[in-house]
Amino acid sequence: MDISQSITVAMPELTLAVLGLGVLLGGLSKRAETPIAINMLAIIAIGLTLITVFLPARLAIVASESQTGAMLAFNGMFRDDAFARFAKTIILIASAFALMMSQSYLRKEKIAHAEYPALILFATLGMMLMVSANHALALYVGLELQSLSLYVLAAFNRDNARSSEAGLKYFVLGALSSGLLLYGLSLIYGFTGTLDFARLATVAGTLPTDQTQGLVVGLVFVCAALAFKISAVPFHMWTPDVYEGAPTSVTTFFAAAPKVAAMALLARFLYGPLGAISEQWQQIMVLAAVASMLVGACAGVMQTNLKRLMAYSTIANIGFALVGLATAGREGAEATFVYLAIYTINVIGAFGVLLALRGKGRELENIKDIAGLSKTNPALAFAMAVFMFSLAGVPPLAGFFGKYIVFVAAVKANMVPLAVLGVAASAIAAFYYLRVVKLMYFDDATKAGAELEPTKNLGIRFVVSATALLAVIFAIWPSPLIDGARLAINSLLLG
Amino acid sequence: MAHSYLLSALTFLPLVGALFIVLFVRGGCGGNCACKTSSNATAPDGGGCCGGSKATGGCCGAGNTPENKKASCRCAQSVKTAQLFALAVSMLTLGLAGVVFAAFDPSQTGFQLVERLAWIPSLNIVYVKGIDGISIWFVMLAALLTPICVLSAIGGVKKRVKEFMVALLILETMMIGVFTSLDFVLFYVFFEGVLIPMFLIIGIWGGEKRIYASYKFFLYTFLGSVLMLIAIIAMSLKVGTTDMTVMMGQSFPKEMALWLWMAFFASFAVKTPMWPFHTWLPYAHVEAPTAGSVILAGVLLKMGGYGFLRVSIQMLPEASAYFTPLMFALSLIAIVYGSLVALAQTDMKKLIAYSSVAHMGFVTLGIFSMNRQGLDGAMYIMISHGLVASALFLGVGVVYDRMHTRDIARFGGVASVMPRYASFFMVFTLAALGLPGTSGFVGEFLAMQGVFEVNTWLAFFAAFGVVLGAAYMLWLYRRVFYGEIKHEDVRGLQDLCVREKAMLAPLAALILAMGIYPLCVQTHFTKDIGKLMAEYNSRIGQIGENISAESLKDTVRLSLVPPSMPPPSP
Repeated sequence: MDISQSITVAMPELTLAVLGLGVLLGGLSKRAETPIAINMLAIIAIGLTLITVFLPARLAIVASESQTGAMLAFNGMFRDDAFARFAKTIILIASAFALMMSQSYLRKEKIAHAEYPALILFATLGMMLMVSANHALALYVGLELQSLSLYVLAAFNRDNARSSEAGLKYFVLGALSSGLLLYGLSLIYGFTGTLDFARLATVAGTLPTDQTQGLVVGLVFVCAALAFKISAVPFHMWTPDVYEGAPTSVTTFFAAAPKVAAMALLARFLYGPLGAISEQWQQIMVLAAVASMLVGACAGVMQTNLKRLMAYSTIANIGFALVGLATAGREGAEATFVYLAIYTINVIGAFGVLLALRGKGRELENIKDIAGLSKTNPALAFAMAVFMFSLAGVPPLAGFFGKYIVFVAAVKANMVPLAVLGVAASAIAAFYYLRVVKLMYFDDATKAGAELEPTKNLGIRFVVSATALLAVIFAIWPSPLIDGARLAINSLLLG
Repeated sequence: MAHSYLLSALTFLPLVGALFIVLFVRGGCGGNCACKTSSNATAPDGGGCCGGSKATGGCCGAGNTPENKKASCRCAQSVKTAQLFALAVSMLTLGLAGVVFAAFDPSQTGFQLVERLAWIPSLNIVYVKGIDGISIWFVMLAALLTPICVLSAIGGVKKRVKEFMVALLILETMMIGVFTSLDFVLFYVFFEGVLIPMFLIIGIWGGEKRIYASYKFFLYTFLGSVLMLIAIIAMSLKVGTTDMTVMMGQSFPKEMALWLWMAFFASFAVKTPMWPFHTWLPYAHVEAPTAGSVILAGVLLKMGGYGFLRVSIQMLPEASAYFTPLMFALSLIAIVYGSLVALAQTDMKKLIAYSSVAHMGFVTLGIFSMNRQGLDGAMYIMISHGLVASALFLGVGVVYDRMHTRDIARFGGVASVMPRYASFFMVFTLAALGLPGTSGFVGEFLAMQGVFEVNTWLAFFAAFGVVLGAAYMLWLYRRVFYGEIKHEDVRGLQDLCVREKAMLAPLAALILAMGIYPLCVQTHFTKDIGKLMAEYNSRIGQIGENISAESLKDTVRLSLVPPSMPPPSP
């Protein structure tokens, strides 16, 4: 395996790394309009990366070299397959959307520094490495690149106490979870003698019982660490605080791309190397799924801060996505990623609406501020209603189909109680989604709410309209996403 | 294949109309959004025939600059455009429904005008549409009531008129979609999709406790429906497709069937609504604007009965037979309890809402008696109730628009100032209490007869519902229309205007037509009811009713005899 082949396989990551460094260098310029130009450059960089992911010439080489459509690089550390490409597509689009909506917010908060787009790019690069990791060390490196960028982003509004607090909190807990991950990985290494995913897969199924127990302990630690990253209960505590404290544009980013990346990593790790001991990790996933759905649904009811409400919504949604993984089957994994893609669209759109509205020198945060929005700004209110109903899982919006697919997987795997708990949780969660709609449509604007002014920023308008449109038309044209997820999971299961 | 996409066209025509209103009817104000200090003017305006302009004028009247005046003018115009456009679209839909009705061949059983398209092939979900003699009536009901609701809203809805019309048209698409869908997921999409526009209609344009009512409506039905979703998933996994026509021939293991039945029951019993799942209904009905109440009573409640017929009976007959005693018990309670509670109401809408609970009790009683008379009767009550309850709600809306109250005690002697209105309301009252010659009689008579065949005591208790029904309806009529005029504002009431006559007259005509010549409705559904019953009996294995082709014809003829006897004139 020569280096040129590795470069071909890892071309998107290399592209993003080089362009990210370029963005960082470009940020050294002191001119006033630099941040805007840099932001544009970063969006273009993501676009170029997305193109290289699907570059026909690259795909042709990948396809010609392997029968399964999967290609290894750098001595088996890195792997490019349909699954990775599927996850990368969602991640890149989510990152691009987040960047498009960031500039106007950052400028108004007076924190429009050139490092911001660079950090987003590096976090995205970390996520791409995560989903392509084929070795526990590559996994760790990717995860840390992502996490460290995110810690800084959370505290990006450094003069703001809440933002700094969010960054610190995220860092301390994140560091703890990294420690758990490393400890788990070292246990796995100790009991199996390898960190390579392919080798792990062959070893894990053939271990004697006492060694399997050791492997399971390692597995629990790894699952705990990754549960932290996807903010699954009981490792969700940081989520509301960090969501609330971090700048809203950062929260938008947090809620979408990193969740997809960490879930992809989790799926790859569980289905690939640990597929042989699926009955062991299945229990963990069931527990995490049920707890996340219920906690996310119940705790969200009490929230009065929109960002915290969205944090609990994220937790509940991660629970629904985990239902898929908890089935430990092909349909389940498919369902998880269809669900996550739909969730990403919804959550980015919902945060887009929050970013689009600003009061006098402050942002929209209190749930009461949104009251009467349907009168002051019908278009934004309509978009928000679409996202809320979609998140609640009401047909004919996209969110319903996500839930449907997840529950189909659960019932197919004979896990009807899980599905019943899921629908119960979605009925509870419907309460707080409805509350947002109620405030927007049924109530009159409060004094603070009347001061809110809709943005004229094109990026935000574009993202909100695009995501709302996607949430609506998914019912008419659902196949591309579902078929894409199917292809992705096929390649994941081929090993 | 000239009719190949007729049903889809019928379903989505209102949606396209709604989209058109959103995109092309200019309405920066949409009622009163342009001004932040909007006090939606609810000053009583006598006639209430040419609505809209007053409210919008009030909304934009804050400043007197020429620009503002111009804006207010444009407001009024856009409101009018939206109203007329919605009326045109809904009338067009009604016309198209007429085409569907004409294309439907009542001499055949089974689904007609079937459309089949790939929708989500990777999940085995197909887009199947079709109607049979059962569903076509609900489609007609939805298509008929929507233009009437638009008419009522032209007078009754003063704020955000454009949005209201959009919601109403989307609602129509969802309603027609429910009754024409033969794929389970598609069915579910429409069944649940109804919730969004209805939630908004109750919450935005409703009365004082509208928020509580809208929440209750949404969460109740949502919780019921998601359980149904699990059942749909379980069934389709067992059968391998979500196509309902395929599923109807399948049988499920006994225990599974019982669970499935209960999950569907959770959804349909809330929708119907059966006691004790009815508590959302009085709130939703009372708080909803007139058009919302009409749609709720006229069509949404029928979704429950339709679901019982289509899913519980046709797909899970064994479980239905198992749960029949439960259904009988709940239906009886609904009839007697609903009637008694209706007797105690002081709010006109609430009274009609509880009477709906009682009437729906007759429907479920008739369905689960599982004989010709019972099933025919249940169908007949559903159609008749769709017209009568709608007409009653419209009637209440007429005086509410003038008096802004529904409190029975605030009225009295209305007949002397609004004679035309009183006579219309008399027709509806008599139909609601089931007087021979009106549509209400035929259904109740058949349903009672069906139940009587099953169990005499059941019929005995159900008969209390009829007696009490007469009591609360006549008492309502007496308190509102007769007696001395006790309140001065009643004296100033104006009688029906043209718009109001236009919305009440067709309903009154249909109610009388259905009462005098029941076959005009029955011929369409009787064949399919017969088929449904034959399949049910063969699945259950009872030989009680002969199910060979010839004797089926006999039973069809026999069951048609009682209602077509000349009813005693009132």
